[in-house]
Amino acid sequence: MIDHRPRTEHQQATAAFDEGHLRQQAIGVRLRQMFDAVVNEEVPDEFLEILRRADQRGSEPG
Amino acid sequence: MSPDAGTPTRLVRTNEDDDAFRSALIKLIPHMRAFARSLCGDATIADDLAQDAMVKAWGARASFQPGTNMKAWSFMILRNQFYSDKRRSWRETQLDQEAAERTLVAVDDPAAPLALDEMRMALAMLPAEQREALILVGAGGFAYDEVAAICGCAVGTAKSRVSRARRALHEILLSGAYERDGRPASDAMAAILSEAERLKHAL
Repeated sequence: MIDHRPRTEHQQATAAFDEGHLRQQAIGVRLRQMFDAVVNEEVPDEFLEILRRADQRGSEPG
Repeated sequence: MSPDAGTPTRLVRTNEDDDAFRSALIKLIPHMRAFARSLCGDATIADDLAQDAMVKAWGARASFQPGTNMKAWSFMILRNQFYSDKRRSWRETQLDQEAAERTLVAVDDPAAPLALDEMRMALAMLPAEQREALILVGAGGFAYDEVAAICGCAVGTAKSRVSRARRALHEILLSGAYERDGRPASDAMAAILSEAERLKHAL
């Protein structure tokens, strides 16, 4: 008659914690994917061109 | 306070120093672009910001301490540049939620998965300081003390911003509080849940 619950309160709390933890990990995975998508883009040539110009300016006397 | 003789500090930078710094800086460009994109969203504005920060970093190379984290150093320069630009151009108007969403939603890659697009929208709803702290820890792979150095705040503040951001982001994704093309978006949370399932089975 007694609805026997195999999980104690502690176990339930632990499961809830694990679930929350997994969700946060999953959000972390998405965040990294979003960031890495930009990291993996090809860097526009402009960047190296601008750095080269800054470099030359820096080495000029005066 | 140390005597001139025997001091490890070299007063003259060599070409080799500059070459090493240049190579390291070039390797950081993709990361600086990603951080810039997460701060201002619009890809073109973000690249302008990343380029300005790159030139600043190059100009400040003498002040970089070799052996310290150059990625954190360059991100700090980029972030300072971002906020000083923002102060200059938006002095009168605070960046409002709508503007934040408009810019952060911008996706360069039209093939980017829907769920990522929605993650961007959810991120756009977070306060800027929480968003940047979460991105630095969650995507940039920085430790809290590095985040604190980059953002100019206490380590405890960095921790609490990240934890508040995590909770808020979860809430936003759960509630589908944002909209996409006029319909509530729930795909992002569905994707999160399936990702959580996958992680569970991977344990």
